[in-house]
Amino acid sequence: MSDATKVPSNEKALVAAARAKVTVFDVFLQFLIIGATSFGGVVPYLRNSLVTKLHWVDDKEFVELLSISQSLPGLNATNMAVLLGDRLKGWMGSVAGVIGMCLPGGLIMLSVGMFYRIHGDHPYVTYMLKGVAAAAAGLLLATVIQLGKKSLSHKFDLVFVLVTVLAVNRLHLGVPKTLVIVGLAAIFFHYPRKSEKASISQ
Amino acid sequence: MNQLPVLIRVFAYLSILTVGGGMAAFPEMEHLSVNVHQWLTSAQLVHLYSVGQLAPGPNMMMIVSIGDWAVWEAANSMTLGILGGLVVIAAFFGPTALLALVVGRAWNKLEQWPWRQSIQQGLAPVSVGLLLAGTLSMAKTAVTGWTTGGIALAVLLIMMWRKINPALLVAGGAIVGFVVFMPK
Repeated sequence: MSDATKVPSNEKALVAAARAKVTVFDVFLQFLIIGATSFGGVVPYLRNSLVTKLHWVDDKEFVELLSISQSLPGLNATNMAVLLGDRLKGWMGSVAGVIGMCLPGGLIMLSVGMFYRIHGDHPYVTYMLKGVAAAAAGLLLATVIQLGKKSLSHKFDLVFVLVTVLAVNRLHLGVPKTLVIVGLAAIFFHYPRKSEKASISQ
Repeated sequence: MNQLPVLIRVFAYLSILTVGGGMAAFPEMEHLSVNVHQWLTSAQLVHLYSVGQLAPGPNMMMIVSIGDWAVWEAANSMTLGILGGLVVIAAFFGPTALLALVVGRAWNKLEQWPWRQSIQQGLAPVSVGLLLAGTLSMAKTAVTGWTTGGIALAVLLIMMWRKINPALLVAGGAIVGFVVFMPK
């Protein structure tokens, strides 16, 4: 947190005051609203609601939690619900946050799945699904490129990316083995250097 | 009902593979749910995932349907199917939620640990690689010719060029697919 933006003290007071009044049910309700409205990605909706509108967390803490959630296994959306819920109301807040976040999408996908199981082979549905799947593939590739641009800190990292893809898709090594082998190699490649801290990142 | 322990085992395992995003677990999810347990076909898995991009909330919620179908099929009961969906959600989000809770609380101490940054920097290319591998396996089913390839490429280019809500592009894909694939 070396270059983190300084939070004005009045924002700190605002957050402290707002946070003191939050109940577990409030956490559930706000995450339920976000879970029901966050079309196309959860993080911007979370920030808009919890930081800008409700002042339950300040931006610095939000960014810090986001970086924790990205370096752990699990989806960003649910990891953020756990981390934010815990800061707000302890583990009960985490449980309330995750349930609220997952409930609307879960119910929608349950009904979509039921409809698809019954009508999935209708020609009209098939035509649309072909287009939807192709669009989703393009979207995924764009997300991977954007994440790569943001999170890779060294040119040689591209080799680790390539080796990972080959290990999973060509050598069929399986995700766990690949994760351990390539992951350890990449972690040792980035071993802690005392003097040139963060100087190689471009 | 004997599908429930299998579902718990499979999805708790997939849960810890989602490093970088849900798609990192996709190759393994496809292998286990299509080849090993035959809960659904590759095309159905890709369709459910893709439609899921139109729904709000976390983007892997389509796993609910896998649990629903597995139990629905085995027990021939829609009500028990819903139970299957619930079990899958708990198994898929439980382990990583617990880990996030523990790490989130220990973070202040971890921040001083010199290897923390090495782990973050080292895991970054592996996460990108796993997501890319998942994307390519998914695209193998989704992109089957010039038309689907064109739709995928168009979405990719629009996303790189403009800030636009991805759900709109996926909805656009449905319309284009309907118009293009409809027999004339």
